[in-house]
Amino acid sequence: MISAESRLRLAAKARLRFDRKSSRYMLLYPERGLVLNPTAADVLQRCDGERTVGSIVAELAKQYGHDAPAVEREVLGFLQTMADRGLVQAAP
Amino acid sequence: MSDSERPYTLVAELTYRCPLRCVYCSNPLDYGAHGDELDTPTWLRVLREAEDLGVVQVNLTGGEPLVRDDLEALIEECRRLDLYTNLITSGVPLRRERLARFRALGLDNVQISIQDTAAAASDRIAGVKAFDRKLEVAAWVKELGFPLTLNTVLHRENLDRVEAVIALAERLGADRLELANTQYLGWALPNRAALLPSRAQLAHAREVAAAARKRLTGTMEVLFVTPDYYTDLPKACMDGWGRRFIVLSPEGRALPCHAAHTLPGLTFESVRDRPLGEIWRDSAGFRAFRGEDWMPEPCRSCDRRAIDFGGCRCQAYLLTGNAAATDPTCKLSPDHHLIETAREAAETPTLTELIYRTTKSPS
Repeated sequence: MISAESRLRLAAKARLRFDRKSSRYMLLYPERGLVLNPTAADVLQRCDGERTVGSIVAELAKQYGHDAPAVEREVLGFLQTMADRGLVQAAP
Repeated sequence: MSDSERPYTLVAELTYRCPLRCVYCSNPLDYGAHGDELDTPTWLRVLREAEDLGVVQVNLTGGEPLVRDDLEALIEECRRLDLYTNLITSGVPLRRERLARFRALGLDNVQISIQDTAAAASDRIAGVKAFDRKLEVAAWVKELGFPLTLNTVLHRENLDRVEAVIALAERLGADRLELANTQYLGWALPNRAALLPSRAQLAHAREVAAAARKRLTGTMEVLFVTPDYYTDLPKACMDGWGRRFIVLSPEGRALPCHAAHTLPGLTFESVRDRPLGEIWRDSAGFRAFRGEDWMPEPCRSCDRRAIDFGGCRCQAYLLTGNAAATDPTCKLSPDHHLIETAREAAETPTLTELIYRTTKSPS
């Protein structure tokens, strides 16, 4: 389970790429790719294996001017989905 | 063509040469009669043109891409263009030093095919001794820090061992396992009687794969691709003709799928003669089955036409002689009895000799 204490990084098979055509970030992995909305891209760019999910939430809440608990709910849900798909994983 | 239609993936078939002789090879039956392979500068140009068109992923494949000695240069250019680059290989012939070079040059993922879970059965399908080397190469892939995809093509002879295939993938530390049932195109069609599984075999394997997918959530991605012959609704072949993929054949023809150049009456232009972008947008071959105007009934009025795009054109041609027919794997196709007959035959198989891939087309 992903929690505020988790430190995550992209899975070895996944990497981010900025797409000029759509002006969005894409998460690419074998035979597939996800076009990310700006919030999802902000979250994944911060999954560097050093920051905790909690500190990512704090950064983004400040950046967007939103309540931290609301941002946390959204970020945890998104990262859990990404972890279940094997696209992010706990940093060693 | 709308703006949303852009190619995302370039399937770079660098060569039709391959040390393996797999009985379900998707290369065309007459691959031995095709022209000279593209040279390195042309491939480098095509990679740049593809990226400019919107391609974000490149599959370096074949035949066996390792037989090209310019693979290093191509990987380097893919990386420079920030393309996600996947090497799809049998794993032979490869030395560890070369694989390490690929890693340093920025290759993203390595996909290795394993034909079965033991040497004798695996080598029987590949037509050469390769199994032990493949396992060695798969181990190097992980040691060097690459993500590893294992691909096993399933059929009557190995479907009952799906559990063992999954265990092998776990043992090798695969990040991704493709359990891809044989599709009956290319060399698989003349081998259909030997390869098409029974319904019960398939159902069992599907259950085993589903349980493994659940158990391995977040650790290993487990994909199970059902054979078209058992889906009753056609697949969205290539995500639709000329919608998402460009396949480049070894001699430089830009194609909407691996076998489009085997369809009669269509012409596919070469990147030697015309920029890739023009071929993608304007060529007769790419336009032939793009969109819905070509569709016959029952596709034309079907509410799934934007989901499956009428299925596979090559399958339609191979089974009915008409590339513009509804894919016979669809239960609504007037030719669906062809599929039912093949399935019935698979319930009571007879001993059939395998036809191995060779440079001479089977008659």
